Amino acid sequence: MVTLKDYQGGETAWCPGCGNFGILVAVKKALVELGISPHEVLMVSGIGQSSKLPHYMKCNLFNGLHGRTLPVATAAKLVNHRLHVFAVGGDGDGYGEGGNHLIHTIRRNIGVKYLVHNNQIYGLTKGQASPTSDLGFVTKSTPRGVVSTPLNPISLALALGASFVARSFSGDVPHLVQMIKEAVNHRGFALIDILQPCVTFNHLNTYSWYKERVYKMGEEEGYDATERLAAFKKAQEWGERIPIGVFYKEERPAFEELFPAIEDMPLVNQKIEPKQFERLIKEFM
Amino acid sequence: MKTVEPILLSGNLAEAYAIKQLDVDVVAAYPITPQTTIIEKISEYVADGELDANFMLVESEHSAISSCLSAASAGARVFTSTSSQGLLLMHEILFITSALRLPVVMAVANRSVSAPINIWCDHGDIMPQRDVGWIQLFAESAQEAYDKLIQAYRIAEDPEVRLPVMVNTDGIILSHTYEPVFLLEDSEVASFVPWKLYPLRLDPENPLTMGAFGYPEYYFETRYQSAKALEDSINTISEVDEKFGEISGRKYGTVSPFRCEDADVILISMGSISETIRATVRKLREKGEKVGMISLKLFRPFPFKEMISLVQDVKAVGVVDRAFSPGAAVGPVFNDITSALYLSKMSVPCVNFFAGLGGRDVRMAEVEDMFEKLKEVANTGVVKEHRYYVGLRG
Ligand SMILES: Cc1ncc(C[n+]2csc(CCOP(=O)(O)OP(=O)(O)O)c2C)c(N)n1
Ligand code: SF4
Ligand SMILES: [Mg+2]
Repeated sequence: MVTLKDYQGGETAWCPGCGNFGILVAVKKALVELGISPHEVLMVSGIGQSSKLPHYMKCNLFNGLHGRTLPVATAAKLVNHRLHVFAVGGDGDGYGEGGNHLIHTIRRNIGVKYLVHNNQIYGLTKGQASPTSDLGFVTKSTPRGVVSTPLNPISLALALGASFVARSFSGDVPHLVQMIKEAVNHRGFALIDILQPCVTFNHLNTYSWYKERVYKMGEEEGYDATERLAAFKKAQEWGERIPIGVFYKEERPAFEELFPAIEDMPLVNQKIEPKQFERLIKEFM
Repeated sequence: MKTVEPILLSGNLAEAYAIKQLDVDVVAAYPITPQTTIIEKISEYVADGELDANFMLVESEHSAISSCLSAASAGARVFTSTSSQGLLLMHEILFITSALRLPVVMAVANRSVSAPINIWCDHGDIMPQRDVGWIQLFAESAQEAYDKLIQAYRIAEDPEVRLPVMVNTDGIILSHTYEPVFLLEDSEVASFVPWKLYPLRLDPENPLTMGAFGYPEYYFETRYQSAKALEDSINTISEVDEKFGEISGRKYGTVSPFRCEDADVILISMGSISETIRATVRKLREKGEKVGMISLKLFRPFPFKEMISLVQDVKAVGVVDRAFSPGAAVGPVFNDITSALYLSKMSVPCVNFFAGLGGRDVRMAEVEDMFEKLKEVANTGVVKEHRYYVGLRG
């Protein structure tokens, strides 16, 4: 039996009260509830406060470059598709510097679960506007307020044909646990955009700001997460009310299922047989 | 000579102030430690109306340098700034900027590169940019960073040059340390680097093409011209430094020797380490030791002639490299120095010291140790070890 203790990691260096703590708890809880052991998990992270999450738990970890989580996670999943591969990063990391990778990872529908800690700010570099910062938001890099329209990760993912698109809130751990479990059980790529208060540098989108606004779609009558157009409509809601939950979900083969060669055994476990090689050479000579 | 009182500024803030005085038109940047406070300060100047510029907060360094390139090609005076991975991400555009002869100016707060991730100073980010065709200046202090940035625009925009310029300052050590800095008057900066509409710009009235295909018949010549322009720019770089000296009382040279006149052994270095070495030379000279040092202020184009003239009668030369050039047997600066010696048919014994990687402190005691090793070479005439790794553990 896996327990939370198995995932116990080292000391954290986040600010007291940071929304990342809620995400860390939720990730560990979800994995325990799913009965997944640390050795079966690979976390690929970028650079940012968010990307430190895997440092604070016990599991396999690849800590790469700012913005470059998804190509690494994709290849790892293809080589060993029995691993539970997560990509972890911030809004700057995933929607800014690495935005291009998000587009193509969604197209592939690889079975990577992507957790984006969306604090609407660059936390690690100490408080500059990010691609999701609200219009007018004053930061160190935008002293007169943000003028570029914020990126909407939910509608972006929907437009690209993502097969699993969800949003959660780090202040609601049970909800986030539920979202992560659903993502893990989903075939293919899953994006969870997680609203995460940055108590130090984002004094606009605070705990209470989010708390007053978020509501669960699942509790609303008649929301059907298999309706793409309805999901699009829902994704436009931001401001007074912010929906959380699964916006859209679709069953379709994951990228790793498209390779018959790895159907029976992950690539990493397959031996190169010299005999087989000889036979092939002979066949083509 | 200026008489105004100095004010306390970090290297980054001094550079941001220079950019305001230089009345730059377009700034495009992406945050990265330890450069970030430069662009934060500039964004403040723009927001407060102190600098009439278009400040573009872009989504990556690749976009930052691309935006600068295109704004410059439309005739604007532009600025960007970065460090480490950000500079590496700009790499492919850097070649294009110099080949298109666009006077883009960039401040680099030098920082190590991944992996492992480390936010402290070394020259690992700049050395891979050695061959991008940019002029590369190095500063040793916040004052020099401010001065060099002003010089950089005059050099870049000079009709004889028309090349992009990087001003390197050691990250954290110079970018974040506060020092007294003498500032010029706005009017002095404006008349030293007068704003002129760049003549080789994209202009609907006089259409031209930039970045066209280069067939084998032309490619070689085009690259040759850029390389030649970079080599020739050294004259303008020296002239600009002289002229700057006239208005400010401060000039730096392409190489800055200290106590080299009668020195037996000399250490050559770049960036903030030079300050420590200079202090050590002062100390050893008091004890009567014939040691000297040269701070390299210009890395590209490499000041071959100036360097050679200084080491003519020396018995041993030490070169400090703050980055590796893996597989090359020696460090990048050492490589240039020994090429310079070879080309002038000089065979001074040389020793390569690798030091200060990833922010590892280099103290005076370690510099003294480097001089000890050089003295041994000078006395015996034999180089037993051509590489040393200063303070490397285990
Ligand atoms: C190529 C490159 N550019 C810039 C940086 C500097 N940098 C590190 S983290 C970061 C942004 C952090 O914001 P986000 O991704 O939202 O993560 P957070 O810290 O908010 O969790 C930046 C710009 C870098 N490491 N690499
Ligand atoms: S700066 Fe913000 S995101 Fe980073 S640890 Fe502190 S509160 Fe969390
Ligand atoms: Mg963020």
